[in-house]
Amino acid sequence: MADKNNLIVYCELDEGRVADVSLELLTKGRRLADRLGVKMLAIAIGHNLDGVEDQIFPYGADIVYKVDDARLEHYTSNPHAAVLINLFKEIEPQIALMGATCIGRDLGPRVSSALHSGLTADCTSLEIGDHTDAKTKKEYKDLLYQIRPAFGGNIVATIVNPECRPQMATVREGVMKKEIFNEDHRGEVINLDPKKYVSDEDFIVEIIDRQIAKSKVNIKGAPIIVAGGYGVGSKENFQLLFDLASTLGAEVGASRAAVDAGFIEHERQIGQTGVTVRPKLYIACGISGQIQHIAGMQESSIIISINNDPNAPINTIADYVITGDIEEVVPKLIKYYKKNSK
Amino acid sequence: MSLNIIVLAKQVPDTRNVGKDAMKADGTINRAALPAIFNPEDLNALEQALRLKDAHPGSTITVLTMGLPKAAEVIREAIYRGADTGIVLTDRPLGGADTLATSYSLAQAIRKIGKYDIILGGRQAIDGDTAQVGPQIAEKLGLPQVTYAEEIIDVTNGKVTVKRRLEHGIETVKAPLPCVVTVNGSAADCRPRNAKRLMKYKYAVSPSEKAALPQDLQEFVDARPYLQLNEWGAAFIDADPEQIGFPGSPTKVKAVENVVFTAKDARHLDNDDAQIEELIKELITNHTIG
Repeated sequence: MADKNNLIVYCELDEGRVADVSLELLTKGRRLADRLGVKMLAIAIGHNLDGVEDQIFPYGADIVYKVDDARLEHYTSNPHAAVLINLFKEIEPQIALMGATCIGRDLGPRVSSALHSGLTADCTSLEIGDHTDAKTKKEYKDLLYQIRPAFGGNIVATIVNPECRPQMATVREGVMKKEIFNEDHRGEVINLDPKKYVSDEDFIVEIIDRQIAKSKVNIKGAPIIVAGGYGVGSKENFQLLFDLASTLGAEVGASRAAVDAGFIEHERQIGQTGVTVRPKLYIACGISGQIQHIAGMQESSIIISINNDPNAPINTIADYVITGDIEEVVPKLIKYYKKNSK
Repeated sequence: MSLNIIVLAKQVPDTRNVGKDAMKADGTINRAALPAIFNPEDLNALEQALRLKDAHPGSTITVLTMGLPKAAEVIREAIYRGADTGIVLTDRPLGGADTLATSYSLAQAIRKIGKYDIILGGRQAIDGDTAQVGPQIAEKLGLPQVTYAEEIIDVTNGKVTVKRRLEHGIETVKAPLPCVVTVNGSAADCRPRNAKRLMKYKYAVSPSEKAALPQDLQEFVDARPYLQLNEWGAAFIDADPEQIGFPGSPTKVKAVENVVFTAKDARHLDNDDAQIEELIKELITNHTIG
C-alpha cells in the first residue's frame, strides 16, 4: 500500500445503508481530491458489508476499504478508533473527513489524539488553499481550509493544520450537497483483516440495550418549514405553529433557544448544532436570528420573518418581514390561506 | 465502594447571551462584555458526580479546570454544590491551546492526581462546541469513553452502566472503570448551592487569590486546609513544552471574520389583514404554497 497522501472519508453505516452525511462528504471529498490531484478513499467498518461499495463508488471513491466483523456491527469507540489509527499510520492520508454525528464526534477526537493530528469540528465549508505562517513566514501549499463558526457563531474562523497529518474535519449532515459523481464509476475494494486492526481488548465497552427509532420528523426534506424561536414564548404557543404547518403541509422546526427552553423536542432543531435545511419557504416565528440558526437555514428560497422586534437580526436575511405578535399573525396566515387556496 | 471522581469543568464566556456590545468595531471579541460562567454541560456532569457520591458514601469529587487563575470561581461554585476540592491548572505556557493541547495538559494533570475511578465532564463547552476534549483525554490515558451520557445508572463490580442519548434514540452501555464519561445537556440539572456549604467555603481560595486577601483572612485560610484550593502549573504536571499551549496545537487559526449578512431587500408588512392576505395570495400565485 504505497499509495499515500490521499483523502479518506469515514462512511457511517445505518443498518447497511451508508448515511447521507457520509455521501455528502464523499461528494465534497471527490472535488477536494480532484483539486489536489489525489485519490479519494472510503472506509466502511461494520458487519455484513457485502455490496456496501455499490453505494459508495457512484460518489467517486477510488478505493473502498472494508472491515467486516460481527463484533463491529454496532459502533463502539475503541474498535473503530483502532481501525482508523492503524490504517492511517499505514496509508498516511493527508485529509480525513467524517460526519459531525454522535459517531463522528465520538470517533474523530479519539483518532486525532492518538495520531497527534488536528481536528476541526462542525465545519460549514472546506476548501483548499495556501497558508503562510505569520511568525516563521514558512509557506504551505494546498492545505485544507476548515471553515467553521466559532464563539457561539458570532465569528467564522478558518482553521488550518500546517504540520500534522491527517488534516481532520467533521461536517454536519445537510451542510454539504449530496451529488452522484458517476453512476457507473467503480474502483478497487480492499478487505482489511479485522484481526490486524482491532485487538480483543478494544471491545471494552459493552452495549446492553439499544432503542433507536427511525426519526419521525423529516425537517431536512420538507419543502416548507414553520420554525419557532424563543419568542414563541411557550410550548402551548408552539401549537399555533403546528396548526399553520398542517394547514400548509409543512414541518415544524425550531431554534436552539426554543429547544433549550423546552418548548419543543431537540429533533426539530435547525442550525449549526441541529440540522441544516434548504426549503422553498421558511417561516421564522419569534426567531431573533442568532448566527448559529441562520447558518442552518439561510439557503432557504424564501424567508418570512414574523417578529414583534422590527430590528431582529433575522430580518436582514428575510424576504418578507411581518412586524407583529405570533399569536395574532399566525392565525391570520391560516385564515387567509384557507380562504384563498382551492 | 467509594469512588475517586474527577469532574472536568470550564469557565466560559456566556456565548448564549451575546449582546450588541459583544463585538468590537474591529471585529474582535469584546470578552469584557461577556460574563464568565460555569460551562452548562459541566454542571450536568457535576450533578452526575454528586449522585454517585450520594450512592457511594466516602467518595470524593475533585474538580479540575484549566484556564485563567480566576477559573477558581468554578471550583468554588462546584464546592458550594457538593464537590470536595479542586485544582486550577493555570500557566501562561498552557494558553493558546487547541483541543489537542488542552487534552494533553488535562491528561497530565489527571496523571498527577493519580487516583481516579471515573472522569466526568460536559459533552462540550459553549465557547467552542467541539466535544473533543473528553474523548481526546480518554485516548491519552488509554481509557474507554462513554459520550452523550444522559444518566449514570449505577456503578457495580468495577463497571459503570450509562444511558446515552443519541440522535435517534437511547443506548445503554457498560464500561469498566476507570473511564471517561461526557454528559449531555439533556441530563438532570445540577442541584443548587447548599447554604451551609456556601458559608463554610466562602473563602476557599487558590494561592493566587489568597495573596490578594487581607492579612487576617490569609491567616484564616492558612489555618483551614479545606479552604486551600490547588493551583498547578505546566512544570508541576511534567508537561512537555512541545505539547502544550500554542506550540502543542496542530490547528492554527488562519483567519477570523465577523459574521455579516448582506441584507436583502425585504418587504416590510405590518400585522394588517389586507397586507397579510396579499402576501398569502402572492405565495399561492407563484406556487410557493398550495
